[in-house]
Amino acid sequence: MLEADVAIERASFRIEARFASDAPIVALFGRSGAGKSSVIEAIAGLVRPRAGRIAVDGRVLFDAAQGIDLPPEERRVGYVFQDDLLFPHMTVRANLAYGERLTPARERFVDARRTVALLGLERLLERRPATLSGGEKQRVAIGRALMASPRLLLMDEPLASLDAPRKAEILQYVELLRDDLRLPIVYVSHAIEEVTRLADHLVVMAEGHVVAQGPVADVLARADMAELAGRFEAGALVETRVAGHDDAYGLTRLAFAGGELVVANVDALVGEPVRARIRARDVALALEAPRAASFQNVLEGEVLSVGHEFGAIVDVTLALAGGERLVARVTRASVARLGLAPGVRVFALVKAIAIDRRSVGFA
Amino acid sequence: MPTREELEVVALSLKVAFWGVAASLPLAIGTAFVLARKRFPGKTLFDAIVHLPLVLPPVVVGFALLVLFGRNGPLGRVLEPLGIVFAFRWTGAALAAAIMGFPLMVRAIRLGIDAVDTRLESAARTLGARRWRVFLTVTLPLAWPGLVTGAMLAFARSLGEFGATITFVSNIPGETQTLPLAIYTFTQVPGADLQALRLSILSVLLSLGALAASETIARRRAPRPDA
Repeated sequence: MLEADVAIERASFRIEARFASDAPIVALFGRSGAGKSSVIEAIAGLVRPRAGRIAVDGRVLFDAAQGIDLPPEERRVGYVFQDDLLFPHMTVRANLAYGERLTPARERFVDARRTVALLGLERLLERRPATLSGGEKQRVAIGRALMASPRLLLMDEPLASLDAPRKAEILQYVELLRDDLRLPIVYVSHAIEEVTRLADHLVVMAEGHVVAQGPVADVLARADMAELAGRFEAGALVETRVAGHDDAYGLTRLAFAGGELVVANVDALVGEPVRARIRARDVALALEAPRAASFQNVLEGEVLSVGHEFGAIVDVTLALAGGERLVARVTRASVARLGLAPGVRVFALVKAIAIDRRSVGFA
Repeated sequence: MPTREELEVVALSLKVAFWGVAASLPLAIGTAFVLARKRFPGKTLFDAIVHLPLVLPPVVVGFALLVLFGRNGPLGRVLEPLGIVFAFRWTGAALAAAIMGFPLMVRAIRLGIDAVDTRLESAARTLGARRWRVFLTVTLPLAWPGLVTGAMLAFARSLGEFGATITFVSNIPGETQTLPLAIYTFTQVPGADLQALRLSILSVLLSLGALAASETIARRRAPRPDA
């Protein structure tokens, strides 16, 4: 359980953030300069808030009212920085051992050999950071933070400086940490793909303040996300499992409570969970199920809300049969013509190709 | 080949310069760290005081030392019962050398510390290292080139120290007569130009040797940016 309630004074503006969650991965999402990094620096003890309280699993790290302010070295909070910040004068082995040596034996729960194997570092141990690739450096940085056996791992845009294949690789490792070590993670990002794939609890920040938070699917389906998070492309998140592959047509069937989605081949085993992000602009609405259409996915649902009615474009939020949210971007003319209003039953038409690998989470 | 007397002068010079640098190095590292990383009221003044020996006439520094550390000086009187005597001893020459070399040493080490990314220090702290450990395991090793440069500069400055030394501890052969003082002495004696020249050549060789040694040390220990 992470509880954070901080007020931080910065030269140019003030940051106030308050959230609590026991989700495996909490994502702090927002555009650059929204104050995300300051919040996790405060959790790590690198920035002192003016007021507030920070606790991890009931252990108070900071409490302005009680005058508690543990120094970073006593917080047992791991930190993976945007640029790896490995010690350049040490080998990979020495970098990894740095925090481990400083952790009392009874506090250690991360096994060195297992971490090295988990992150695939065996062949890098005698190398110096300067000789590593970006992805390798970031893996070593994650390993170094882990070997100090932290109770919470903070990751500040750990993929920002990596290319797409390396991003995919590190994302897999982050999931391994969550599943294998059961280590709670606070993940800071301004990339919706990463958040979509990893987050359980989503905290959206803008201009130093938390503007939305909650379970990731709920927050992403909010009609006002674009206003809140800037360059955000409106859409919804559906948690699915791979139901089967259709090799003849190169398609994958994803099942969820409210129905099934057919998408272009997803590289996952049958039964594996996959998050599908469906962009609002890829969803059309109809009052009747079309009999002959190129749409692969027709999902039945009920209109929950119709977005702001100004301009030509309106975002309509639906609830599917299983309770999942879906957002459709339609013209205001269509809203009037179809008589869309809360409670109206509609069919959502989703193009199969709309759910590309990216939105499925293979960023 | 150098004579025994000449070798004695060289040995004394090396002893004075070595102890001058060795004794002031920890203080210089501390001062450089404070100047590089701390903000406090009066920092500009502190900085100016550290740099004072660089801009003062060396004779003035030597005179100040004589007043403070002489047998009857306020500090000399306190230290003498403790067995610490600077006046007219080689230790006094080392003290003069240390003070004259101090600003050079601090400047170079400060540049070295400035070049260390403070976020590396933050990373070390999140890994459980206390401030002093961060300083010893991250800051200092990464500032190593600055450290070597600083020590070398101060060493070279000490080998050449003249004004403060001769004012503070005089020109006593075998005790305080370092290379520059010996050379000066020969130049004051008619017909001793050859001796002065021989010592001057020794002095040049010594300086080149110190330079080469510091280059070797710096290269061996510095984090290789390319490798």
